[in-house]
Amino acid sequence: MKTRWLITLAFAALAVSTAARADLNVFATVPEWGALASELGGEKVKVYTATNALQDPHHVEAKPSLIARARSADLIVATGAELEIGWVPLVVQQAGNPKVRPGQPGYFEAAPLVPMLERPTRLDRAEGDVHPLGNPHIQTDPRNILRVAGPLAARLAELDAANAAYYQSRYKAFDEKWRANIARWEKEAAPLRGVPVVVQHKGFPYLEEWLGLKEVASLEPKPGVEPTVAYMTELLATLKQQPAKMVIRAAYQSDRPSQWIAERANLKQVVLPFTVGGDDKATTLQALFDDTIERLLKGAQ
Amino acid sequence: MYKHTLVPAAFAVAALLSAPAAWAATDNELAEIREQMRQLRESYEARLTALEARLREAEANAARAAAAANVPAPAPTAAAAPPLPAPTAVPAASGIAAFNPAISAVLQGRYANLSQDPDRYAIAGFQQTPDTGPGKRGLSLSESELAISANVDDKFAANLIVSLSPDNSVEVEEAYGFMPSLPNGVVPKFGRFFSGIGYLNEQHQHVWDFIDAPLAYQAFLGGQLAQDGVQLKWVAPTETFVELGAEIGNGVNFPGNDRDRNGAGAASIFAHVGGDVGASNSWRAGLSYLTARPRGRISTQLDTAGNLADLAFSGSSHLAIADFVWKYAPNGNAQETNFKLQGEYFHRREHGDLTYDPNAALGVPNSDAYSARQGGWYLQGVWQFMPLWRFGARYDRLDPGHPEYGSNADLLDIGFHPDRVTAMVDYTPSEFSRFRIQFANDRTRPGVTDHEFFLQYILTLGAHGAHRF
Repeated sequence: MKTRWLITLAFAALAVSTAARADLNVFATVPEWGALASELGGEKVKVYTATNALQDPHHVEAKPSLIARARSADLIVATGAELEIGWVPLVVQQAGNPKVRPGQPGYFEAAPLVPMLERPTRLDRAEGDVHPLGNPHIQTDPRNILRVAGPLAARLAELDAANAAYYQSRYKAFDEKWRANIARWEKEAAPLRGVPVVVQHKGFPYLEEWLGLKEVASLEPKPGVEPTVAYMTELLATLKQQPAKMVIRAAYQSDRPSQWIAERANLKQVVLPFTVGGDDKATTLQALFDDTIERLLKGAQ
Repeated sequence: MYKHTLVPAAFAVAALLSAPAAWAATDNELAEIREQMRQLRESYEARLTALEARLREAEANAARAAAAANVPAPAPTAAAAPPLPAPTAVPAASGIAAFNPAISAVLQGRYANLSQDPDRYAIAGFQQTPDTGPGKRGLSLSESELAISANVDDKFAANLIVSLSPDNSVEVEEAYGFMPSLPNGVVPKFGRFFSGIGYLNEQHQHVWDFIDAPLAYQAFLGGQLAQDGVQLKWVAPTETFVELGAEIGNGVNFPGNDRDRNGAGAASIFAHVGGDVGASNSWRAGLSYLTARPRGRISTQLDTAGNLADLAFSGSSHLAIADFVWKYAPNGNAQETNFKLQGEYFHRREHGDLTYDPNAALGVPNSDAYSARQGGWYLQGVWQFMPLWRFGARYDRLDPGHPEYGSNADLLDIGFHPDRVTAMVDYTPSEFSRFRIQFANDRTRPGVTDHEFFLQYILTLGAHGAHRF
């Protein structure tokens, strides 16, 4: 009897829910794709961002709130490359929403659209937190944002054909604006070319490649492995021989390792927003790069 | 009653399965299809324009990359055709291997120092299964787990989790198929699975925050309840998480038993709600109800003479559970510090006939009517005070109630409230390994305190596990 009652209730709620929706519900796993979806989708999309800039997107749990949001999503925009492997598959599985399963038009991954860096030659957990498909932090290079924008706009148009022209025109506007921005950023960041830096976590290869920063060391002995005192001491010796300008870390990371090395190796500490919302200034995609470059230039002085 | 619940559930599943079946097309529908085709064409045109734009961009990038000679960036013309070539480190599996499922294993071992003989362990006032208690003394392997999962086809996915016991026996812990591709938030599951009741029940033992189950789980569910049966879950399309579930199972596991009947032996329903409060707090709360009809269920219970006597119970068993969990992490970033508070309350009503010592192992069997309302709860908090290190504390308490034992009262009525205090510290060097120290003062028998000390390791290898809430 109880089962029958539950099923009746389920179908009643279902009828209500399908009638009430008009906009495209976008579930972005990380803030950068949420911001990009808003740029491209404008008022035709309702964007929910699953994580904020102060969270490590790899270490997120399949929280009830995420399952609830994935349940009514029309499109999941994820980074892929195993960044969200611990939670997105479980969230999708528990949400009972076949539209957003991998392989469906409602599931979009950014990483396959960009040339991946740091693809490991040895796949072994003894090497730390290795990502078999390459480093997933692709959003620190604005050219990657552009690479993702086109296909994402096309995907929005595919899912919401009635507004295809709208998405297309917004994409065109974004593309134009973004190219101009990239040219400006590259000019501004010219002094950064060849500047030696230390990173706290291997999260910036795309940024380094774009701006020509030279990564001389990482504070993590292996990706995702906490630094030990012995390793840091050894690193200090290396830095004496091969000095760097600054130590870079993402907003969500602890300041302790950076502080330790900065004091001893005479480095400037630079906290980068890493994604939209990472600090007070980085409120939009454009502001994210404006702020990143401003902070790097300050660090390089 | 169980047969009645089975029928609508079966119809619901059948209806869902047949939903995409063929429709007869009328003229109206043909017009509609034409309109959809037109829209589709338009959308593809838009897509094509976007792709062309990307191709131009890719070419520009390639030129730029060539200019910066030190950068080995592959010419991203490949971006026009999204799928990248397979990474060099993982050659695209071919043939049979391409369809290998995800495989992972969990290895566990422990050291136990117990001040009381674990063979004489008892939770006074409660019927218990052989799994109850702190386990063996000294060094021993704990349960090892092997998990295999994959999509079966476009409709089904399946999981198999086998547990290898230190005594070299193999047990199928879970083996179920489920349908992740049904619309409208409905996820049916069938086979053997951990029941969705309570909070801890669905989780595997190696992800628990303590080495052992709360006393309430040991007393009311024999540790953990697995069902052989069917589960139907539904997630509501709301911003607040609402999940409803129902299960019917064979009920061979405690509080049921193997009855050799055609019908279902146990049924349960549960509801979960949950959400976030700000960026830092997440929570989930639930209510569950389980009913079983054991016939001649054999268990043991501490009698008034201090023996672990066999008991046979036939009747009905109704269990209700209220559970909640609250997790706090500053800004939702659990890496540095975080806190988790969780508690569950159990209430069980059993009535029927109880036979003391049915096999006359202690003397003369005695049967009489039996009726009891019993309760129990635990509350635990786990605090990650620095990266990789956590501290946890737990309090367990059971209420034996005032059972009507009839003529068995002199043999069984003890009227003692068992409780236990537990503390643990664990160290998690990576996502895949954990080491734990645990202390407990276990007062589950009158006049006896078991001082328990455990060391434990948990190693996970293979496919990346899911981060469950």
